[in-house]
Amino acid sequence: MSDLTKKPTTPGPVTPLLEMTDVSVEFGGGKSWKPVTHQISFSVAPGETLALVGESGSGKSVTAMAILNLLPPNARRTGSIRLDGEELVDAGEKRLRQIRGCDVAVIFQEPMTALNPVYTIGAHLVEAIRSHRDVSKDEARATALDLLRGVHMPEPEVKIDHYPHQLSGGQRQRAMIAMAMSSEPRLLIADEPTTALDVTVQAEILDLVRELQGRTGMSVLVITHDMGVVADVADRVVVMREGRVVETAPSAELFARPTHEYTRALLDAVPRLGSGAPATAVVPDRAATAALDLQGVAIDYPGSWRKPGFRAGEDLDLLVAPGEIVGLVGESGSGKSTIGRLAMGLLPVAEGTMTVDGVDVSAGSRSDLALIRSRVSMVFQDPASSLDPRRTIGQSITDPLRWTGEIGDRREARKQAGALLEQVRLPADWADRFPHELSGGQRQRVGIARAMATSPRLLVADEPTSALDVSVQASVLDLFSELQREHGFSCLFISHDLSVVESLATTIVVLQKGRVVEQGPTQRVLTAPTEDYTRRLIAAAPVPDPALQAERRRERLAS
Amino acid sequence: MFSYVLRRIGVGLGLVLLVLTLIFLALHLVPGDPAMLLLSQGDGASATPEAVARVRTQLGLDQPLLTQYWHFLSGALTGDLGESFRNRQPVSEAIGERLPRTLELVGLATLVAVVVGVPWGALAARAGGWFDSVTSVLTSIGIALPVFVFGSILILVFSLKLGALPAGGFAEWGEDPNRHAQILVLPAIALAVGFASTIARMTRSAVLEMLHQDWVRTARSMGLSRRAVFRRYVLRNSLNPVVTTVGIGVGTLLGSTVLVERVFNYPGLSSLLVEAVTARDYPVVQGIVITIAVLFVSINIIVDVLYGVLDPRVRR
Repeated sequence: MSDLTKKPTTPGPVTPLLEMTDVSVEFGGGKSWKPVTHQISFSVAPGETLALVGESGSGKSVTAMAILNLLPPNARRTGSIRLDGEELVDAGEKRLRQIRGCDVAVIFQEPMTALNPVYTIGAHLVEAIRSHRDVSKDEARATALDLLRGVHMPEPEVKIDHYPHQLSGGQRQRAMIAMAMSSEPRLLIADEPTTALDVTVQAEILDLVRELQGRTGMSVLVITHDMGVVADVADRVVVMREGRVVETAPSAELFARPTHEYTRALLDAVPRLGSGAPATAVVPDRAATAALDLQGVAIDYPGSWRKPGFRAGEDLDLLVAPGEIVGLVGESGSGKSTIGRLAMGLLPVAEGTMTVDGVDVSAGSRSDLALIRSRVSMVFQDPASSLDPRRTIGQSITDPLRWTGEIGDRREARKQAGALLEQVRLPADWADRFPHELSGGQRQRVGIARAMATSPRLLVADEPTSALDVSVQASVLDLFSELQREHGFSCLFISHDLSVVESLATTIVVLQKGRVVEQGPTQRVLTAPTEDYTRRLIAAAPVPDPALQAERRRERLAS
Repeated sequence: MFSYVLRRIGVGLGLVLLVLTLIFLALHLVPGDPAMLLLSQGDGASATPEAVARVRTQLGLDQPLLTQYWHFLSGALTGDLGESFRNRQPVSEAIGERLPRTLELVGLATLVAVVVGVPWGALAARAGGWFDSVTSVLTSIGIALPVFVFGSILILVFSLKLGALPAGGFAEWGEDPNRHAQILVLPAIALAVGFASTIARMTRSAVLEMLHQDWVRTARSMGLSRRAVFRRYVLRNSLNPVVTTVGIGVGTLLGSTVLVERVFNYPGLSSLLVEAVTARDYPVVQGIVITIAVLFVSINIIVDVLYGVLDPRVRR
């Protein structure tokens, strides 16, 4: 494992492999060009890992794509981009093609959409290999197999003939990396390489990149919004905001002593695992009537006549006391969203009993569902797609009230909408605006306002902040806990992010493959987990602290 | 893949059976006695009860419905579709004579439409600018222009003015292959114009959508040439919606060649259908409807199988 622990490289006398000087990217055409990034300068030394971090709209991806001119046709680059001394800004398309996939390779965020669904993994690899080397198809296939072994793809002989949709997210990303490594690039650009993956898979992929880097000595330019990933892999960090570089520093220094105000704010906004229980958590009264009580519940997804249904949850015991926030954590496919849907009455109870506010609703009759809908409401993950783009936010917010028949009058509805918006700290006169006029954070506030409209006993929040930037996430979470204290609703908070759950929930429930693995008070579960799976989850989540993260990595790899 | 194809064919067979049943029921549930109808043809005098009874026995109409259904089904499946009321010609024979002509016409029109439409749409999406705008206008006209108007224009220009091609009629391949081919050109073009316009539009929008997919960027990042990226990562992925369009189009053409056949005086299946309907020649109408239904289902099976070939996510 010694080849995995890299020595931090200090750029200085070494000639940089990549040197960006005053690079701006402009969008437009003809005479009007609008810059989206402004004079970005940084360099990447041989063997170094440089992280480009920033929130959405900071211009980090555009900057990275500018290197190989993988920009949309209506974009242009100015400034100087030197790869090993060679100027790339005025290089012709033909020369750039030689460099792409050969000297510089790229891996992308979502390997499902980044791979062509109609070609097998093998076909992708053969294509990548043959685009730069004059070899026969058979030779290329043999090389492809070696590459898959090199990225530790399980059963490479079988997976080589699989299509992208037949692989898991992690396997797809491994295939993507194998493609990128096909010509032993000197620079690997990784654009949010692990954002779409579960934490345990993320850790494996990051390990793999480090391993390959140790083996080949390539440089890595990683683009990410995740400070934990930065702390895990980066030697140096470039922080970007609104198209400008605000700070460049070695990783250890940046985390210990951020000099720019924005960097400090960004680091402060990152929820940290182990930062303690929510300050003013309501102590749940377990004796009172529970808002939600599941006993031995099983959930089936109905099948059709062609494919059988499947069991998405089994043996579920779960209690949400009045005023309590229960955090539901687990990886994709663990069934956390399924439980959310069950609590909303969107899926039937297959076995066991479910009580909402003291009423047994397991039968799922019409009156049961009506009861659920009046007592339970939901905040969705993606506020952009869960609000009707053709309705004003005021209409969207008061829709639940119309449906339950609480208000019918239009004037009254407007008044209510204003009041609800003010509750989520938005101006009351915004009721006439449309969702597209709002930012992501504001939209999610609207989503929360809509869920609060019927004064629910239980709120189901399904990954309400995972589509948001960290700084926005922090403010939405603050608002959420404030509202919860004010109104005292119970909450089932679904998240893949342990630190977010820690900052809100008093009780945590860990799920794996549709079963409860462990549950208990948040602090107990996170500091002294009894189950192996929980321990692995905690170990895999990167913390935004390079020194601590390096130690955690050693521990994780040793175990 | 194999089980996928089998399943498609199974569903297709089920559909054909359903269509046959519906046609049988439709003919037996409509009011009016076929025997009376048959006998009253020509003169307006009503037939004697004995004659009606005789014809009913002859046609098997006196048997129970289920027995009739069974006879009908087994007949249809073995190709026995009865006899024409008008000339006692077996229906299968009449169809057998006309169907190849219509298939030839539709096949040629489809070929022209695909060969012109797909590259044109792809080019319009890729080139953009004025070429795209002109394409948009031309395809709108192509879709809007009725077949009989365009067909008449073709006859006017190419037959009457230039005298380059025959205005219509028919010649057997065996007797005069040259004339047979010449006669096909104008009706095929008349049919192909609207079809090609639809295909071009579909291809254009599919290509535009594919151009923005992430895997296109991936392919570029691997250093593939523009041409390879376009062919293997854009056009290849655009074919699925195009195949759907072509499938539906061919099915529609089968039933709608009637106008073209009329304009060009072409003795195909559709004109036979029209003749049979006007003459109330039920066995012929029924036989043609069954034939078209079976063809339609077959085309759909082919389209579904092509789906599976083109997109591995569909096979399961």
